[in-house]
Amino acid sequence: MTDPQPVDSGAPPRLPGADELDAVRRSVVLETAVRLVFHTILVFSLYLLLAGHNQPGGGFVGGLVAGLAFVLRYIAGGRAALREAVPVDPGVPLGLGLVLAAGTGVTALLLGGQFLESGKVELDLPLLGIVKATSALPFDTGVYLVVVGLVLGVLRTLGAEAER
Amino acid sequence: MRRGPALRRPREDVLLALVLLHLVLALLAPVAAARLGRRVFLLVALAPGATAVWAVTQASAVLDGRPVVSSTSWVPGLGLALDLRLDALSLLMVSLVSGVGALVLLYCAAYFDRDQPGLGRFAGVLTAFAGAMLGLVLADDLLLLYVFWELTSVTSWLLIGFDDEDAESRRAAQQALLVTTLGGLVMLVGLVMLVQEAGTASLAQILGDPPSGGTVPVALVLVLVGAFTKSAQVPFHPWLPSAMAAPTPVSAYLHAAAMVKAGVYLVARLAPAFAVVAVWRPVVLTVGLATMLVGGWRALRQDDLKRVLAFGTVSQLGFLMVLVGAGTHEAATAGAALLLAHGLFKATLFLSVGVIDHATGTRDLRLLSGVGRRSPVLATVAVLAALSMAGVPPLLGFVSKEAAYEALLGDPVVFAGVVLGSVLTAAYSARFVWGAFARKPGCADTVVHAPSAGLLAPVVVLGLAGLVLGLVPGLADPLVQGYASSYEGEPEHLALWHGLVPALGWSVLTLALGAALFLAREPVRAYQRRASRVLSRVDADRSYDRVLDGLDRSALRTTAVVQTGSLPVYLGTVLLTLVLLAGTALATSTRVTGDVTAYDRPLQVAVGVVVAIAAVATARAHRRFTAVLLLGAVGYGTAVLFVLQGGPDLALTQFLVETLALVIFVFVLRRLPATFTRRPLRLSQGVRLGVALAVGGFVTLAVLVAGQARTAPPASQAFLDRAQADGGGSNVVNVVLVDFRGFDTLGEITVLAVAAMGIASLVLAGRGRRSGDPEGETALTAAGGQAVDEPGTPAPEVVP
Repeated sequence: MTDPQPVDSGAPPRLPGADELDAVRRSVVLETAVRLVFHTILVFSLYLLLAGHNQPGGGFVGGLVAGLAFVLRYIAGGRAALREAVPVDPGVPLGLGLVLAAGTGVTALLLGGQFLESGKVELDLPLLGIVKATSALPFDTGVYLVVVGLVLGVLRTLGAEAER
Repeated sequence: MRRGPALRRPREDVLLALVLLHLVLALLAPVAAARLGRRVFLLVALAPGATAVWAVTQASAVLDGRPVVSSTSWVPGLGLALDLRLDALSLLMVSLVSGVGALVLLYCAAYFDRDQPGLGRFAGVLTAFAGAMLGLVLADDLLLLYVFWELTSVTSWLLIGFDDEDAESRRAAQQALLVTTLGGLVMLVGLVMLVQEAGTASLAQILGDPPSGGTVPVALVLVLVGAFTKSAQVPFHPWLPSAMAAPTPVSAYLHAAAMVKAGVYLVARLAPAFAVVAVWRPVVLTVGLATMLVGGWRALRQDDLKRVLAFGTVSQLGFLMVLVGAGTHEAATAGAALLLAHGLFKATLFLSVGVIDHATGTRDLRLLSGVGRRSPVLATVAVLAALSMAGVPPLLGFVSKEAAYEALLGDPVVFAGVVLGSVLTAAYSARFVWGAFARKPGCADTVVHAPSAGLLAPVVVLGLAGLVLGLVPGLADPLVQGYASSYEGEPEHLALWHGLVPALGWSVLTLALGAALFLAREPVRAYQRRASRVLSRVDADRSYDRVLDGLDRSALRTTAVVQTGSLPVYLGTVLLTLVLLAGTALATSTRVTGDVTAYDRPLQVAVGVVVAIAAVATARAHRRFTAVLLLGAVGYGTAVLFVLQGGPDLALTQFLVETLALVIFVFVLRRLPATFTRRPLRLSQGVRLGVALAVGGFVTLAVLVAGQARTAPPASQAFLDRAQADGGGSNVVNVVLVDFRGFDTLGEITVLAVAAMGIASLVLAGRGRRSGDPEGETALTAAGGQAVDEPGTPAPEVVP
């Protein structure tokens, strides 16, 4: 899963925000590795979310993977690095996720169906060809966001807060 | 539902619209207050004002026997409908609820300071209360009536506790809420029984054809308990005097005109149909008379003008209860008249006290002196109202008291009680006027700031209404007769002058004795003080405190026993309960056949052995960190088993959760000692081992039994069949999660969100602003912000 992208020569690549850590606690190897894999893991988590309806994955699993990406970032760079990566309060993804999931249900209700009744559309998108979208996707995205919010919250309270 | 919407005319639609108007304005008020300030009260007064005006336009039709009826479907599944009905009694109540309500709201606009905080919320809640009260007196469905009933309890709680920084007002609000909702719940049981017995929840139908089954007396007593708590009858009355902690307009509206009348209203509503039931009259008359006497007696002893009025209200509510509960035509006439009279004079008096409080800064009648000379308009109006309360001609209070005496003459015991209560009423009325307005010897004149016209106007209107209706009783007569005609009998018209009848003699005697009691106030006071030492043992207010204390203490004891704070004990309790209850059931009722497949592939055995070894090693580990890693091995091993079994989604999730759990464990470990306690007690170790083995055995058995217990075809086949067609996906696990069981998932992610906030509150509680890091505070706000104000709790010690 590692990214073969070459690293800038010169100054050692560092995680944004990691300079707030004591020099003793910093690890060049860890920071570099996290810098390399962080975005890849996030993209992978999105893939899991999108592919989940037909292959292993889904919102919960995707959310956990994304959460673990943030865990890595926190372990390598401390809470400042985590804050750089996610400059919002954990409550934001939590709330957004709940609203999205519940909103999917309510939308079905407004469209004359039952609460959370599913619907699907097939779109012919340029480049991607025929794409099938179901109402499960926004719902699953809600699950994804809640799980990410949970992990961020735990990182912030049990991790970052306990640091002080 | 019951009455089809066939004949819908605008007249009917207005009824529901008016109730909704209250709601809309209540929601609007906090927003509008930001712009309008205290003028927001003028806006929200539109709702009760419009209702009162509309009610007047409907009066002639309603009193002709054509009630306004409206029915809107609400929860058809439960047979609940928004059935509203405006008949004569409702009209009488609406005139109080909305008429007085509008005036009180206008009064509020001048009463509060411009910069009083929380005005928008207050205006909103007061309007919501007016709407709930309106719904209560209009409801034609017992369950709907109950809903509005409890809405008034909740809004009244918010209103009494308006000054939420004052411990006394918080206590008063809680007392009112606890007492009235307790009664409300008891009443609900009674109402449900009545509805069951009658086969309908419609008030009109129940009253038209009252059920007479064996449970009806019980149901009625339960309903009466609700009515008694709401109308502050003995022994539930103390909440009303306590509620004087509320702002004065609230007292004038809720505790004089509207909410406390709800119980009286309910009794008045039910009496025509149920007063014949044997249990009704003894209960209502005893409680009513006792309340009238206790309230009057206590009113004589108070020094706070508002509390004088509060106990006076208790007394008058008892009187009303007697009249509307007596179940005769004459008594109902008198009761309806007194209902109107009391609403008018008591609201006037409360508002006057508000003006006095506003103008002088005190309500203590020992400190006030010479207020009457300084504000003659106020004094005149308040004296008129007090005279009406005492039953002096030519005011409406006199007219209704005459009618009451006439009606009750036939029953010597009740009559004697009512006369005695009225003597007390006359005495405390006199004491109120003296205390509020007279110039007292040895007391310097109180400094009076002239009250504004806006503050005085509603008081004057209310006070004069009592005079006009007294001078021209014919104005109120149709309203009163409209209700009284639900009883058989010749109409007994209200009149100022009945001729030289016995009732007039009794009235004169009442006033004379009342005056004597007032003039002898010093000896009376000394006697009351002596008596109160004995009586304090049965003081209902202290009983309330004792009941609450007892509740607190028993809760503390229970908590001390149940919540020991020891994690092993909690876990042990949960696990042992599982083993003992479910395990016993499992072991005794099912049999496991030998037909068990031990494993599908040898690799499963290998993984199983690894998991088992890791589990044992976890339990034996000495360092916490080692234990956590080994526990992780157990989890990953289980995930491998899932893979081998062909469940990629489950395995993936298990891997990820295990990893996350490991990380969280490590975070927590930073705050715990590095090793477990060195010398665990032998006994405790043995017990733990026993529990562990029992649980392990139970789970093994449960798995074996569950594997063989299937009798119905598995649901999974249907899921497999429908996944692509209905869910539009080929990953069945995911389709189940987001579609077939979407509701469950929604619930689960809600739990996740709550858990995230819970963790934040628990971990951050007490850490607050100690280090002043903004990040910590944002996390706290996300957690509900409760913990912010608790600095100084020591953080757990960090052991490296």
